[in-house]
Amino acid sequence: MSIAHLTSPAFKENAKGALADAQLQSAMHGVETGVVDRRRATVAKLPEFEALRDSARDIKNHTLAHLDLYLEQFESRCIAAGGNVHYAVTADEARTKVLEICRKANARLVTKGKSMIGEEIAINDFLEANGIAPVETDLGEYLVQIRHELPSHIIMPAVHLTQEQIEADFRRVHTHLPADRQLVEPQTLLTEARVILRDRFLAADVGITGANFLIAETGTSIIVTNEGNGDLTQTLPRVHIVLASIEKVVPTLEDVSQLLRVLARSATAQEMSVYTTFSTGPRRDGDPDGPNEYHVIILDNGRTAMLGGQLREMLRCIRCGACMNHCPVYAAVGGHTYGWVYPGPMGAVLTPSIVGIENAGHLPNASTFCGRCEEVCPVRIPLPKLMRHWREREFERHLSPATVRTGLAAWGYLATRPRLYAVAMSLFVFALGLMGRLFGRFRWLPLAGSWTRHRDFPAPDVQTFQAQWKRGVRTR
Amino acid sequence: MTARATLFASIRQSLGVTGDEPARRAAVADRLKQHPRGVIPARGQLPPQEGVKLFAAMVEAAAGTAATLPSADDVPAAVAALLRRHNLPMQVRRGDDPRLAALPWDKERTLEVSTGASDGHQLVSVSHAFAGVAETGTLVMASGPDNPTTLNFLPDTHIVVVDAKDIAGDYETVWARVREKFGIEALPRAINLITGPSRSADIAQILILGAHGPRRLHVLIVGDGT
Repeated sequence: MSIAHLTSPAFKENAKGALADAQLQSAMHGVETGVVDRRRATVAKLPEFEALRDSARDIKNHTLAHLDLYLEQFESRCIAAGGNVHYAVTADEARTKVLEICRKANARLVTKGKSMIGEEIAINDFLEANGIAPVETDLGEYLVQIRHELPSHIIMPAVHLTQEQIEADFRRVHTHLPADRQLVEPQTLLTEARVILRDRFLAADVGITGANFLIAETGTSIIVTNEGNGDLTQTLPRVHIVLASIEKVVPTLEDVSQLLRVLARSATAQEMSVYTTFSTGPRRDGDPDGPNEYHVIILDNGRTAMLGGQLREMLRCIRCGACMNHCPVYAAVGGHTYGWVYPGPMGAVLTPSIVGIENAGHLPNASTFCGRCEEVCPVRIPLPKLMRHWREREFERHLSPATVRTGLAAWGYLATRPRLYAVAMSLFVFALGLMGRLFGRFRWLPLAGSWTRHRDFPAPDVQTFQAQWKRGVRTR
Repeated sequence: MTARATLFASIRQSLGVTGDEPARRAAVADRLKQHPRGVIPARGQLPPQEGVKLFAAMVEAAAGTAATLPSADDVPAAVAALLRRHNLPMQVRRGDDPRLAALPWDKERTLEVSTGASDGHQLVSVSHAFAGVAETGTLVMASGPDNPTTLNFLPDTHIVVVDAKDIAGDYETVWARVREKFGIEALPRAINLITGPSRSADIAQILILGAHGPRRLHVLIVGDGT
């Protein structure tokens, strides 16, 4: 299987490039500070937030345990409302289905709301190769589309770009506009995109959106946006296609309301996103607007396998992006370093499930296990535990480098022999302590050159922690 | 095997079930029948008049504007005043909703009122909300022959009329009314929850209003909720 745009195997090279990229570093600066602080402030205003997280987790767990039945319920309600439900086991099947619907509608121009499933199945490349023009309408997605890039964040696709880069891209692509126009203000940039995309909305034959949720009891798909682009995408064209995956379904209107309360706060620090739209079937008799056809494509792409294993909890994910906003690794290297559609901690768990651990082994290793992702996850996914799961699979399958395997084997030998361990460590620490006495730290250590290249190693006390503890030392 | 059959078989294999277990089917039927409400924030649980105040405050916190009118008959004058205040042409597009159709639009002689969906050429629209939610200042719009969805998104300025008595503390109360009015098997084609005007922060994380939808959202609350 070849996966479009996959560079996850080159994570280390990607990271080196990202750390040396001044523009990227300047663009990423605001993520760790701005978004994190705003989320904290918004969450503090809702005393029930922690209880809502429990509720959200429980709803997802219940739904996953009864997933076949809720999908059947969704299907029958959606069809009763005049909609069409299609299933796709693989990305290829999903692409083919989209193309079939577009061809039937004689579509030339397709507008797109933001859809991570759309990215996952690389639908834009496929439609283009088949003579259909897809236009991304979320401003961030539009930016990455005109740059031929993947999104670098699941809810802020263009977070890696500076305002100056965006201005340069607009000048490069919007050549029908006067070259000497003023584009310094963010407002001017936004207005330019609004005017250009407004024409596309009105001209499109088919609109493709994702789905934040599907509701089983009503056969409804839901999108959550701030721009309103998703709504214009699904309201104006003749045909609306919803790209969803199996885990998007939830039982009832009440259940989805619990999830919505944690989604916007975790994602953008808003009390509620601007537009939350519940779509049920196509235009009805007498309706003055809305699409004539309504299709929902439900994708598997590796998820049913996750349902049966230790990764089931990952299927609770509601794609808020809080885990990456709070990840020190993500903030340092940006989303593109992860080399595929889903970056950050959630990507480190999800990407290996979809593209294989042999392609994405670096991702679960690119974590300090600081645990901030789990602390903020609105559905309480134990992300470090799931990343550890992938590290174990990688080790079992002999995919980790020889140095890592040898090191771990040596460590394992010592760690399982407590007496030997105590003797070896006290000798080691004693020697290091003596050697380091002069400067108090080491600027270089044998076998740890790549570690000490970036920081000094402090010289240890002359006794091991265990020895000090035995002696009754309880403070530094 | 069809994709559908393969997918359902994989799910059932992963869950270790056949799909016929009576206990599982009962658990699902029960949840759909009971549709439990879960955790409801205390914030919106207020006496009617205070709920209306919270609703207006939350609309403004989301960068919308809100005004309270004593009677529905005051709506046309309030619409005209807003247009004048912002130097907008005296033209609005509205749906055929009987609650809007019954208003004394002819009292505003300079105001041109047309009806129907938007084709993208209208600067200002007037809609009637199905409900409001005080908890977050959210409007609930239900589509139908008299309530075009395009009026919520295409015009630059969106004016929404909501009856104070339709303002609930939480979403769940509104869903109860949706179940009662439409039936859970016949939801309107589109239910739009709207909280403030359109916005984007995709350019260098700077928040700007008016991305693809309305730049301005003005809510006219009719009555005080008593």
